Amino acid sequence: MIWLDVLVQGILLGGLYALFAAGLSLVFGIMRLVNLAHGDLIVFAAFLILVVVQTFGFNPFLSALIAAPAMFAFGWALQRFVLNRVLGKDILPPLLVTFGLSVALQNGMLEVFSADSQRLAAGPLESASIDLGPVTVGTMPLLTFASAVLVIFALNRIFYTTALGRAFRAVSDDPTTASLMGINPKSVFAIATGLAMVIVTIAALYLGMRSNFDPSIGPARLLYAFQAVIIGGLGSLWGTLAGGAIIGVAQTVGAQLNPEWQILAGHIAFLVVLLLRPRGLFPRAVD
Amino acid sequence: MGHRITTRTRASSIAGIIAVALIAVGLILPAFASRSLIQDLFFILTMLTLAQLWNLIAGFGGMVSVGQQAFVGIGAYAMFAGVILWGWDPVPAILLGGVAAFLLAIPMAFFAFRLAGAYFAIGTWVIAEVTRLVVAQWKTLGGGTGTSLPREATADIIGVETIARLFGLRDAAARDVLAYWLALALAVATLATIYALLRSRTGLALAAVRDNDNAARSVGVDAARVKWLVFLAAATMTGLVGALIYVQTARISPDAAFSVTNWTAYVIFIAVIGGIGRLEGPILGVLVFWGLQTAFADYGSWYLLALGLLAIATMLFAPRGLWGLIHDRTGIALFPVQRRLIGAKDG
Repeated sequence: MIWLDVLVQGILLGGLYALFAAGLSLVFGIMRLVNLAHGDLIVFAAFLILVVVQTFGFNPFLSALIAAPAMFAFGWALQRFVLNRVLGKDILPPLLVTFGLSVALQNGMLEVFSADSQRLAAGPLESASIDLGPVTVGTMPLLTFASAVLVIFALNRIFYTTALGRAFRAVSDDPTTASLMGINPKSVFAIATGLAMVIVTIAALYLGMRSNFDPSIGPARLLYAFQAVIIGGLGSLWGTLAGGAIIGVAQTVGAQLNPEWQILAGHIAFLVVLLLRPRGLFPRAVD
Repeated sequence: MGHRITTRTRASSIAGIIAVALIAVGLILPAFASRSLIQDLFFILTMLTLAQLWNLIAGFGGMVSVGQQAFVGIGAYAMFAGVILWGWDPVPAILLGGVAAFLLAIPMAFFAFRLAGAYFAIGTWVIAEVTRLVVAQWKTLGGGTGTSLPREATADIIGVETIARLFGLRDAAARDVLAYWLALALAVATLATIYALLRSRTGLALAAVRDNDNAARSVGVDAARVKWLVFLAAATMTGLVGALIYVQTARISPDAAFSVTNWTAYVIFIAVIGGIGRLEGPILGVLVFWGLQTAFADYGSWYLLALGLLAIATMLFAPRGLWGLIHDRTGIALFPVQRRLIGAKDG
């Protein structure tokens, strides 16, 4: 019975990793940009929510609602004024710019917020649980997973049923031809990064409510997000959810065997998938 | 009418003479330099070597690795293992560092080369993390908290006594001199090897693969082989440097030896600020970096914040770095790798 519990906890933890990964996947899918500062941006959003909580005394959910537009604006400006200038055939400049951003963000947060661990207090929700017969699951992990499903569902709807989604797919396939049709790829990229930052805010909300965070934990979140994307297969958002679940299950199983193996087990699961299925479990895009 | 192809320029001939002179000065420097200058030069030379190696794989090979700390760390730990477990002298144990890094580079390349384009970068980072986590489980070498080189091992390193007598130094200072000489040898060997490689057929193939993988293969370049060769060579050298750094430090922990900031972020900043894809870049970059480090390192995270922003600004406004700016204005290349056709008459 304990293993069933471990499995369920792992899958639910995967919801959090899928939230980390969705923004990364969105940006990569549209402009082939790998944002090495993605993890640090999640931590940054968590601090932003914390500031709203502390300033206005709102609960974390309402605070995230206020932080989200700010993060959208930040992402839009980052893309418009910095990243668009370095996007091109050469993959080196955008990688190095986002790596510089990662280091700058980490150390900026360290100066402003100190190295102390923080948490978003969610009140009774933190310890609430639901009895599902054979297993009892925490309300918070369940809520995280449900949000991940909702975010991915919404992203798929945006992609395949809206004019914006059509523009996303067009610039992803061929920016030059798309611009002949009256789409400005650079504006579309800016909106996409803004949207990714909204997802980052949602991820940050759950990260902050479920565990402690401090300025140094960003890179590890980037690695989990990246692994979920690769396991799922590039370009497949639902695959990302499966990828997150695999990392989550590997980690909870590893932790069950020996607490020191938790993180390592997640990485090893990723390497095994990369070994057996180099294009991921549900590959879509041909890049 | 015969023609010949050359990479030599007048500036490069002069640079060659100056380089030989600088090496000679570097060799006899410990006779009159202070201990702190020797330590600074050790830092500069090791960072320069790491930056040249990263520049080789990223700037010339197009493989942007964010996992170089894996090779520094595994190299350092292999050296520690040689000394502590098998009773080797620390200096020959540096070679173990090269071997270990080479062995680690094989699976790393195997996995990371499966990842297309930019995802290669995060792939190398994951492997570095895995290596750090595994090494932290190695209890005989201190596990997660680390360990120090035993006093007996550092006390009688080969050659230290001779150096101490030669320059009239105490043992600790003589160890610094030995480490400095080794760093100088590694830096010169690395620079010379990379320069020779880039001027060879393999170097031309590497540039072709970086610029267009498919086009390179269509003219018969074995792209995969060239990438493997360069990646493994750079990893091995990085492992040697890592081992040497920790011979001098004599204290190790997984977090320090596998630090992304120290062994990859700094190294990338040096190459970016100086100029990626040029041998002169890291040389200029390491001097700028050392200047910044000396002046502002006390400011801690503000300093790192500024360094990150400086790297972003460089990529935005001078993507080929400081040396790129100099080259554009003057056309000078100290280590030219560009091939030029010279007619027989004036050649």
